[in-house]
Amino acid sequence: MPLADARAQVPDLAIVPHDPVLDQNWLDRLAQGCARYTPLVALDSPDGLILDITGCTHLFDGEAGLIDDIDRRLTRLGMTLRHALGPTADAARALARYQTRPAPEEATAIRRLPVAALELEAEAATALVRAGLKTIGDLAARPMANIAARFGADAATALRRLLGDAPSPLDPRITPPPIATERRFAEPVASMPHATQILTELVGEAIADLTERGKGGRHFRATFFRSDGLARSLAVETGHPTRDSNLVMRLFAERMDGLRDPLDPGFGFDMMRLAVPRLEALAATQLKLEGGEVRAAAMTELVDRLATRIGRGGVRKFAAVDTHIPEQAQLPLPAIDAPPPTSWPASEPGEPPLRPFYLFDPPQVIEVIAEVPDGPPHRFRWRRTTHAIRRYEGPERIASEWWRRKDNAGLTRDYYRVEDDRGRRYWLFRHGLYDEKPDPRWYIHGLFA
Amino acid sequence: MRESSQPLAGLRQRIARLAATGGPESRPAEGWLATGHDAFDSALGGGLAVGRTHEFFAADALDGASAAAFAALVALRTPGKVPLLWLRTVDAGRRTGHIYAPGIAELGGDPDRLLLIETADPKMLLACANDAVRCVGSAAVIVESWGKFPLLDLTAGRRLTLGARDAGTTLLMLRLNAAPTPSVAETRWSIVAATSRELGADAPGAPAFDLELLRWRGGPAGTRWRLDWDKDEQAFRDAALSGAVLPLAARRTVHPLGAEAA
Repeated sequence: MPLADARAQVPDLAIVPHDPVLDQNWLDRLAQGCARYTPLVALDSPDGLILDITGCTHLFDGEAGLIDDIDRRLTRLGMTLRHALGPTADAARALARYQTRPAPEEATAIRRLPVAALELEAEAATALVRAGLKTIGDLAARPMANIAARFGADAATALRRLLGDAPSPLDPRITPPPIATERRFAEPVASMPHATQILTELVGEAIADLTERGKGGRHFRATFFRSDGLARSLAVETGHPTRDSNLVMRLFAERMDGLRDPLDPGFGFDMMRLAVPRLEALAATQLKLEGGEVRAAAMTELVDRLATRIGRGGVRKFAAVDTHIPEQAQLPLPAIDAPPPTSWPASEPGEPPLRPFYLFDPPQVIEVIAEVPDGPPHRFRWRRTTHAIRRYEGPERIASEWWRRKDNAGLTRDYYRVEDDRGRRYWLFRHGLYDEKPDPRWYIHGLFA
Repeated sequence: MRESSQPLAGLRQRIARLAATGGPESRPAEGWLATGHDAFDSALGGGLAVGRTHEFFAADALDGASAAAFAALVALRTPGKVPLLWLRTVDAGRRTGHIYAPGIAELGGDPDRLLLIETADPKMLLACANDAVRCVGSAAVIVESWGKFPLLDLTAGRRLTLGARDAGTTLLMLRLNAAPTPSVAETRWSIVAATSRELGADAPGAPAFDLELLRWRGGPAGTRWRLDWDKDEQAFRDAALSGAVLPLAARRTVHPLGAEAA
């Protein structure tokens, strides 16, 4: 229906442009929320979710209770829910999307679905309707070989999946880690040294698996399941794929030492699991004899160790950002992700440095004596000390990024490079011109070398 | 003179033996971090010795940027892409300001070489510094601290120095807003900002530093220097105002903390 017709019918129609990316994000968030019902949640874009609820329904007093719960939560979010339960993922999906006539049991309901539920190519679908086959039941009554011969192999496969004769695999959102090893204990392990010993064995097994696949791990996660039901996870990350079990164990030891709330076996661990969720290709290497490789490797290991100890955000490298707003021109990124080297704006030869060595973010308010309206500062007071300015250069006028703001406005800053009578160099600015703001304030933004 | 007691004599012998074999000062330096200023470097035998500890004091908090920039520039002058490790506590950003990479690029340094390590407290800072100095493959390790650093006693300082000696790294201790205390450092400097050479229209010029050598294990201390940073040459040079090296002053004591600010 064209928009004009719709408007004619409903005059106060609210119109929002379609944004597929936002829709996808929203579906993803709904899928995240559905993890409360089952760990196996798959997206059926653009508007469906498939939940594998095998063995989960008793937690919600049966299927009806589970559906009530989903219905209630989604209605509260303003969604309209159409649901169906089926023996396979494809059957449930077809029932939810195409069911027109209700049926007392699932098998009958599937047979009563229209052939459109097979979601075939337009040509095959027309051919089916021309042949007088209107429902799945009509089609299922024919021999499968004939269907494949007349309507294509796709039709046969889709039909078999719908009827549950062929497997219909689910592609869950959260995938199980590619490598996971675990140990269950008949007698709970109550001593930490013993648990560490077992962790070493698990790491060894995972490494053997990695070697076989020609991969290296970037992320290792150990989970300790206590016999009283608590579980605790510890994760370590490396900057490069690794197969060095000593390195991984050193990182785990570092991680355990740094815990504010140490790992407590309590009455003992009855299971331990080591997962390697992130793999990367790592070819077998020969040790190089030059020093450079060894040095680079030592540095990577230091980054891994420190990042494990003080958190991945504690060890950072700078990346350049293309903006002229000073405090946004650099972005410190975790060094463990190995951000690629960026190009920094080159300075003009012969010019003194125009940007400070230390930057205050946010800038600090100062009291300034300056000529009105746009003269240079003469003296300023910062941290309870007055500084008399002997030399200055400026203003360097930096406008706000008005094109990124909703109100298309923003205050202009006038930057001055100043030197006081003791030889210290500062970076000051007035926030706003006099015609933008009645009484603009002054700030100190940085210290020069 | 005869020793009054046997154990004391034994101890003295042991100390003499240790001094002859071990000790950071007994081994010649493996290299130098040169400033590019010939007179300065030759006066120190080549520059700041690699594998040792060097301390930079900014007596007044406001001179912190000068001391930090001097340490960083000496380290970043070294050719190659070897990283410079900079350790500080997370509250340093609020106190002295965040390290600003575009500003380092403006000074001619390569900010991609900078690896910033921020720890929650001074205790962790010291622990991380111990790991960092033992890691080969860094241009230098800068440890920035603010105020008194009671955890950094003689033992901790010696441990750091031994780590740096064994790995062949250079440790630059940046002590902002602090007064010098006894330590095992090879050199100890007091740095204040100096008036820069004036550009046209009364504009402030290139960074200028006033350095005073407070202590040097290898020779006499008390020398004062006034240096400019020439970013195009990537070297320090004489500040135009003072001409050559300032006359040797008699050994001076550092101003007590806060005396200048008052």
